[in-house]
Amino acid sequence: MSNFLIRTEQLVAGWQQPATAPLDLSLGTGQILGLTGPNGVGKSTILGALTGRAKCFSGEIHLRPGLRLALQTQDVPPVNGLPLSGKELLALTGASPKGLPPWLLERLDQRLDRLSGGQRHYLSLWTILQAPADVVLLDEPTNNLDAAGTEHLESALRQRVAHGAAIILVSHDDAFVSAVCDQVLVLKGPAHVG
Amino acid sequence: MWDDIFLIPFLTGLCLALALPVLGCFLRLRDEWLAALAYAHVAAAGALLALVSGVAPAIGGMAAAALAGAGKRFFSERLAGGAAFALLLLGGWALAVLLAANQPLAERLGHALFDGQLYFSGSDNLYLVLPWCLVAIPLLSRLSRQLLLARIYPDYFHAQRLPVWPVVSGFDLLAALTLALATMTLGVMGSFALVFVPPWIVFRRARSWRSGLFFSALIGAIGYVAAFAIALGLDQPFGPVLALLLIAVGLLIA
Repeated sequence: MSNFLIRTEQLVAGWQQPATAPLDLSLGTGQILGLTGPNGVGKSTILGALTGRAKCFSGEIHLRPGLRLALQTQDVPPVNGLPLSGKELLALTGASPKGLPPWLLERLDQRLDRLSGGQRHYLSLWTILQAPADVVLLDEPTNNLDAAGTEHLESALRQRVAHGAAIILVSHDDAFVSAVCDQVLVLKGPAHVG
Repeated sequence: MWDDIFLIPFLTGLCLALALPVLGCFLRLRDEWLAALAYAHVAAAGALLALVSGVAPAIGGMAAAALAGAGKRFFSERLAGGAAFALLLLGGWALAVLLAANQPLAERLGHALFDGQLYFSGSDNLYLVLPWCLVAIPLLSRLSRQLLLARIYPDYFHAQRLPVWPVVSGFDLLAALTLALATMTLGVMGSFALVFVPPWIVFRRARSWRSGLFFSALIGAIGYVAAFAIALGLDQPFGPVLALLLIAVGLLIA
């Protein structure tokens, strides 16, 4: 595929030592790629390697020149005790509130630590999802989301790629992955990637 | 109170009373409020060292604090978790006490630095503090988005292939120099009170970051004006009056 945004060839990534099986992937504009598999096969490590945080032990990563990435990790943003409103959080990455569900839109003036865990998670996720980026990397985006939140996220992801971005998401939620992803890579362990 | 003799010290302190609480909000955001004490002690030690060496104390204080602020980045791996500030505090305190114990001149200046010497601030000090605060406050406001991003989304800069060190090192240097200036005007604890208490109140009460910065500066300024008037009226040292007043306000509204 010549029109790729990201391509890996036999990528083996890790932090202190190799933690993944060799991985080939290719991602083009408008695509949503899902990475699934059991705990410990290195799904989050792959996202880390693509952003340059984790180490690439062997193989290659090709990024389109000038590619802008945005990464949402599983870490909870440290906003407890911080006087930061929802509007101010969105402004940090330049994310637009347009398209947010009504149950969040009406709370944008509140401090983040006054929101519920699910509301805070969705707003933090939205801030990265709508950041100016060509590829958005999401790590377990459905954590803490109820059915309404998950449903809204599905439609938001489709709209994001319809506007020219691409998405790689890591998730244990098989139903969510099969509902939104154009292609799915199942990481099966250190010896094999299916 | 409004004679020239008190007007210049009053205006000098007022500039710092507006800048220090804003700086304190960013230090608290970064869990670095101990930096206020650390840089203040390093600045005090640098000023005493300069005095003993025949150099102007202000130059020595600012140079020592700047060196500490810019240099701590090179030891960040070994000094994670706030250890850098604890070591700077201990080192600055130890050096300052040793210099004061062995040099009569340094002993006098040492007392002045730790207790504060606001009433003795001259116009030369005001001409240094005023432009610095006029630069520091807008600069902090300009760095605000990047400092918040670095705290809330630490991976953002990495993912966007943007270097985070100019933001962090720039802030460290700004904090160190501001605290050095403040220490030589308000003293170690007077500066610490303004860096710590107003941000503590607004982090609990403010509805947003922007309003938090505004109210932090406002609390600092009102507390400062009240403490200046009380200390002058009752002929008491300024630093302890300011600290007690801010603590009382904090306990009432935080």
